[in-house]
Amino acid sequence: MDWINVILQGVLVGGLYAMFAAGLSLIFGVMRLVNIAHGDLIVLAAYVALVTTQTLGIGPLTSLLIVVPAMALIGYLLQWLVLNRTLGDDLLPPLLVTFGLSVIIQNGLLTLFTADSVKLQAGDIEVATLRLTEGIYVGVLPLLQFVVAIAVIAGLQFIFYRTALGRAFRATADNPDVAQLMGLDNRRVFALAMALSLAVVAIAGVFLAVRANFDPSQGPARLIFGFEAVIIGGLGSLWGTLAGGLILGVAQAIGAHLNPGWQILAGHIAFLVVLAVRPQGLFPKVRA
Amino acid sequence: MPEAPLLAVRDLDAFYCDIQALFGVSIDVAHGEAVAVIGANGAGKSALLKSIAGALRSRPDAIVFDGATIGGLPAYAVAARGIALVPEGRGLFPSLSVEENLLIGGQLKRPGPWTLQRVFELFPVLAERRKLPSTSLSGGQQQMVAIGRALMSNPKLLLCDEISLGLAPIVVRDIYARLPAIMQNGTSIVLVEQDIVQALKAAQRVYCLQEGRVALTGDAKALTREQIAAAYFGV
Repeated sequence: MDWINVILQGVLVGGLYAMFAAGLSLIFGVMRLVNIAHGDLIVLAAYVALVTTQTLGIGPLTSLLIVVPAMALIGYLLQWLVLNRTLGDDLLPPLLVTFGLSVIIQNGLLTLFTADSVKLQAGDIEVATLRLTEGIYVGVLPLLQFVVAIAVIAGLQFIFYRTALGRAFRATADNPDVAQLMGLDNRRVFALAMALSLAVVAIAGVFLAVRANFDPSQGPARLIFGFEAVIIGGLGSLWGTLAGGLILGVAQAIGAHLNPGWQILAGHIAFLVVLAVRPQGLFPKVRA
Repeated sequence: MPEAPLLAVRDLDAFYCDIQALFGVSIDVAHGEAVAVIGANGAGKSALLKSIAGALRSRPDAIVFDGATIGGLPAYAVAARGIALVPEGRGLFPSLSVEENLLIGGQLKRPGPWTLQRVFELFPVLAERRKLPSTSLSGGQQQMVAIGRALMSNPKLLLCDEISLGLAPIVVRDIYARLPAIMQNGTSIVLVEQDIVQALKAAQRVYCLQEGRVALTGDAKALTREQIAAAYFGV
């Protein structure tokens, strides 16, 4: 019974990791940009939510209505004004610029909010639990976070494969030069992709901030979890990314149950095992 | 006074990085006209089409289309004005299905006769394969997708870069047999070809490029084999 609970908790946390990873994977897929600042943008979203909830006196979940569009706008402008200038045949300039961005965000947040850890208060929902059967309980909030994660992945899947915007993303990823001949302005397509990525980051950031304490230094660790989930799941596959997040979450939960100090380690070991046994990931998108 | 041409290229220089591909090239394409551009490998044929389509930047006034100078515009803005390029090697999007490739060609939503339905009437074989990945088709069918994708933007000017490349002669004839149906809506065509016989049959006028310069121009039916050979090889 104990183990069922452990695995269940791992699965629910895994949904959060999948959300970390989805935005990362989307950006890499569309424009081959490795966004080193991704984790810090998640933490930035958490602080945007903090300010929003405190100034407007609304709950964290309601604040999504403001945080998601705000982060999407930041993403659009970031891509349009900064990152589009770094894209080209060379992978290094965008890597360096997002690394610099990561440093800027961390220190900016440190200056504005200090290093004290804070948390979003969601009220009664934080401690509400559901009893599934004898001895198996799930928290309402982790369950909600998991359902939202699946909805986010399903939504991205829909956008990518069923809409004109998704077609534009895939065409531009395939061949940016020919995509221009179709009348697609790559810079605009990339800006929209970054906006979508940061909309997902906003949702992940709010759930992160409700789940536990956060402070400005937490970004890089979220970036690692996101990377690991993407690699475990296989590049280019959104459902694979969800699976990657779940595997990472379960591995961490099992590690933590064996010894509280082994939580992060167990996640890294699961990642390394997948990398050693199946370097292309579990569900790679096969490209012709 | 003769009608102004649909496309007027004036004294165009084009560069691939530091290498100059075109030297002062001038060509005209009238409304509803098919023009062939022939020449040996490296004569600058593709560079000419890429410059017109905006994939290579040129001097703004070097290219006048429909009364407006478009030489300095990026490719997506040129496409919006009604120039569609069927790129060399087809350039289909491998992660998109046949139908999605066609739809993305029509994403500018320019008004005109071409719709998904009309493209499937022109190339019926594509209708049966609409849900398949574009890469699973034969070379000839992929070329049909590339042409259909260009038509979906309802262009005033269609640029075709080596549509016979790598295809069996019977397939080439089949594709060329559809050109009149494409032109009956008033669309002008520029054909870049190595297959000179096909090009001369399909076009009204011919430009022959040699080392980045126009070596010969004239009526497709009036030019002699000797004239073309001389312009082609520079002998």
